[in-house]
Amino acid sequence: MTEFYRERLGRHSPPVLRALAFRHLCEQQTIYLGAGELIVGERGPRPKAVPTFPELTCHSVEDLQILDSRPKTSYAVADECVETYEREVIPYWRGRTMRDRIFAALPEQWHRAYEAGVFTEFMEQRAPGHTVADAKIYRRGLRDAQQEIAAARGTLDYATDPDAHEKDEQLRAMDIACDAAIVFAERHAVLAERLAADEENPVRRIELERIAEVCRRVPAHAPRDFHEALQAYWFCHLAVITELNGWDAFSPGHLDQHLLPYYERGLADGTLTPERARELLECFFVKFNNHPAPPKVGVTAAESGTYTDFANINLGGLLADGADGSNDVSHLLLGVIDELHLLQPSSNIQISRGTSDEFLAHALRVVRKGYGFPSVFNADAVVAEQVRQGKSLEDARAGGCSGCVEVGAFGKEAYILTGYFNLAKILEITLHEGVDPRTGTQLGPQTGSPDSFATFDDLFQAYQEQLRHFLEIKIAGNQIIERIYAREMPAPFLSVLIDDCIANGRDYNAGGARYNNTFIQMVGIGSVTDGLAALRQVVFDEERVSLAELVDVLDRDFENAEPLRQRLVHRTHKYGNDDDYADELMVRVFDTLFAAVDGRPTVRGGHYRVEMLPTTSHVYFGSVTGALPDGRRAGVPVSEGISPVQGADREGPTAVFKSAGKMDHIKTGGTLLNMKLAPSLLEGDEGVANLARLVRGYFTLDGHHVQFNVVSADALLAAQADPSSHRDLIVRVAGYSDYFCDLSPELQNEIIARTEHAGF
Amino acid sequence: MITGRVFNVQRFSLHDGPGIRTTVFFKGCPLHCTWCHNPEGLASAPEVLVVESRCIDCGACVDACPSGVAAVAGWGADGRTLCTACATCVEACPAEARQIAGRDVTVPELLAEIVRDRVFFEGGGGVTFSGGEPLLQLRFLEGMLEACRSAGLHTAVDTSGLAPLKHLLRIAPLTDLLLYDVKLVDEVRHRSHTGVSNATILSNLEALTRVHDAIWLRIPVVPGVNDDDANMQATAALAARLSSIRRVSLLPYHRLGADKLRRLKSTERLNRTEPPTRARMDELAAGFAAVGVTTTIGG
Repeated sequence: MTEFYRERLGRHSPPVLRALAFRHLCEQQTIYLGAGELIVGERGPRPKAVPTFPELTCHSVEDLQILDSRPKTSYAVADECVETYEREVIPYWRGRTMRDRIFAALPEQWHRAYEAGVFTEFMEQRAPGHTVADAKIYRRGLRDAQQEIAAARGTLDYATDPDAHEKDEQLRAMDIACDAAIVFAERHAVLAERLAADEENPVRRIELERIAEVCRRVPAHAPRDFHEALQAYWFCHLAVITELNGWDAFSPGHLDQHLLPYYERGLADGTLTPERARELLECFFVKFNNHPAPPKVGVTAAESGTYTDFANINLGGLLADGADGSNDVSHLLLGVIDELHLLQPSSNIQISRGTSDEFLAHALRVVRKGYGFPSVFNADAVVAEQVRQGKSLEDARAGGCSGCVEVGAFGKEAYILTGYFNLAKILEITLHEGVDPRTGTQLGPQTGSPDSFATFDDLFQAYQEQLRHFLEIKIAGNQIIERIYAREMPAPFLSVLIDDCIANGRDYNAGGARYNNTFIQMVGIGSVTDGLAALRQVVFDEERVSLAELVDVLDRDFENAEPLRQRLVHRTHKYGNDDDYADELMVRVFDTLFAAVDGRPTVRGGHYRVEMLPTTSHVYFGSVTGALPDGRRAGVPVSEGISPVQGADREGPTAVFKSAGKMDHIKTGGTLLNMKLAPSLLEGDEGVANLARLVRGYFTLDGHHVQFNVVSADALLAAQADPSSHRDLIVRVAGYSDYFCDLSPELQNEIIARTEHAGF
Repeated sequence: MITGRVFNVQRFSLHDGPGIRTTVFFKGCPLHCTWCHNPEGLASAPEVLVVESRCIDCGACVDACPSGVAAVAGWGADGRTLCTACATCVEACPAEARQIAGRDVTVPELLAEIVRDRVFFEGGGGVTFSGGEPLLQLRFLEGMLEACRSAGLHTAVDTSGLAPLKHLLRIAPLTDLLLYDVKLVDEVRHRSHTGVSNATILSNLEALTRVHDAIWLRIPVVPGVNDDDANMQATAALAARLSSIRRVSLLPYHRLGADKLRRLKSTERLNRTEPPTRARMDELAAGFAAVGVTTTIGG
């Protein structure tokens, strides 16, 4: 890539340069075809190998050494690679990477807030991504797409459209990108033919010949059968994640719905059996699991310490006419998920009022096994959220969820995540007149000293003002970042897959998609709610302590104030208990952040929206946030998603759902609720039926999502004590599943501490 | 307005009737079973509980106690008997180490708590009145059952059966389901382990089966107390003979009660019984099955 850029930079428009770079990779990259594989193609030269993307972010020698040696989620880095970096890559890219350019363009106040841990930024080292395929990749081959591109180029009118040339360059880039992906597939066909010629096992030889045939067919042309459909998706997937290192990779969306026609046809004409379909699906799943996310540098390594690249398959959901979308392939996929229980791809079920109890029960029997997936979504809420954002009902129904819990119109939307936002830190800053007590820096406006607030509402207004201040800094920064991406880092291949980039002659990263939303991920609403509730109760209602005294205690991290800390922990109102005193404050915080963000225009012609999800950033945010008024000590993780503060929910899961349901989920682009259940609650058919009642009840309240961690605290403690015997233990961590033993001790402890809801 | 005294309102109860339920525990019980897992429900008067492990030795309770009987993590000499359960110490304790068992509620207040989980009652769930012995607070129980019926909630009453028959017959038509405990069939052994005769309990059960068609028998299985073959066979025979028994639940003894007794600072009935093994539970279930009675283990 470095070599390519050195030679080509400045000779082409940005989209064409990117398309040529992509073609260069497709033509040159070492390809791999493993023994026994039926679905083929890797991102790197072999499974589990990942490329770096120096044009986005360039690792330093130190970064590479840390990646190689760190105890958790390490990446082996060859000495030769480090040398190449030192000699060629780093000198060329320093100051030229997207990360360097973005950081240089962002204003001082953005940097100060970022360094203080008020927010993170996704695009500082990975590209906008995280989008999802719809049905068109099965309906239309890339050769067909090239005809659409040619037609679009043909309609450009240079006399009346001042952007015609720019559009033509974009479209030309898309055309090159299609060629590139086809070349990549054909190289696999050639490799398969060569291996077939040398193959002694006649069964495998036939398989290899078939693979060659499939790779010549797709993605150039529309797939004709089940095998070709899976391979078509997989080549598109590889192309998307090779072209750019987008957040959360790429996802197949409603795979069950897309595959159903091929499945039924194959069974009808005798070319497919359920067993063969299952084998192909399992080969397909393994490909996802071969692909760890490319390693990160700097702060985001801590904020999101995981290999997972968040591909997510939707099961069930709704058809275009609103009918239940679950089908035989949904059940087949549940069987695959149950049998393989791989980390990737992740999976979810989309449950509507009309979804059959049978499908829900089947899925919950898999959930009960404790893999942490599939996670459970409210399909009706997912549709309502999108319709509120102005999408057509049909596009909304064809949409679903990807990443952790994020909603999008599959195949038609660029829904960009911008970064996590630390709601708890804002409370700390509010209590310190706009100063970050960790550094003494004045980060926010001076909204009043603790003794200046006569009423709780005065204090709350100060919190609102600080919140709005930092959200504006965040949004202003994202306008800059999006503009740089729109101009400098187009994604021509992805643009081929997403409507209406071809018709508009515009790139995915520049607003070419039919829908364009940009999301800020809010973190710690449980912590901030409990902090505000405790303040209101202890300082303003009960007058046990003045606000100034309390802030002083927080600054000392509760030193010599254990009785007060105990009262704050045990004797104050907490979110997650269906207690209106606390829950009403949660709603006020939510309404404030929603009003500050929703509907603001973005560079790409879309709107800013809110989401409530943390991945693992609540650990990072906790580490930079001092003691809080709910009794939480400095440095402890803040609450994750919309889950209650760890251990604050005492009234069981129904009360948690009731509290969470008081937020208007329909106004978000996704909320994440994590619930750990003891396996004993889920025994027998009655256990599954009760779990289904919990889910249906929460969704009656318009809840967006819930994921169940079905595992006992004892099992986790055992795993923590003896990781080598529990390597396979998967837990759901705030939106995705990960191997428990790969998590940091802090995160492990937090999962253990999260209330284990026992049944009575 | 009529009030009732309850010591717990438990949401997401899965083992006190069908579906997801809210179980209301009434305070006060005429039986004194040696293995009781809700000992804080025995006395009718409110009681203070102490969770010692939570105590941070701050002394707030001592300072607050108007009778001068509270001591750190408990009571001073004779303090337990002199304690009036005024709950001043409970309010003063920052660590929630001191708690009160027993609060008075009106019918509308309790109904408002129950309906909070209404969305989760869909598909068979509802409310269960348990205890203690709910029949001890007959008028309040009647009021609650009527209010729940008007609100369209499925109701269950979990009773020891030790109540005047006419009281049970007043309650029976008001509840959708009766959960009826049968502990020991032998009268003498029943008396020695629960403090009372079982004659009324068994005759009341017979009478109820004639007027109510949804009764679940609940049989605690307490090793060394009632888990012997003779008692279990007699119980199985009883279940087989009675119509309207829709379900028989074998409930393995657990040791939560012992922990709660410590919180009451009461060691009088603390026993060292081990929970029954899974194998023994299966064996007992097989014994019931042999006479045509299907059982569930737990719930």
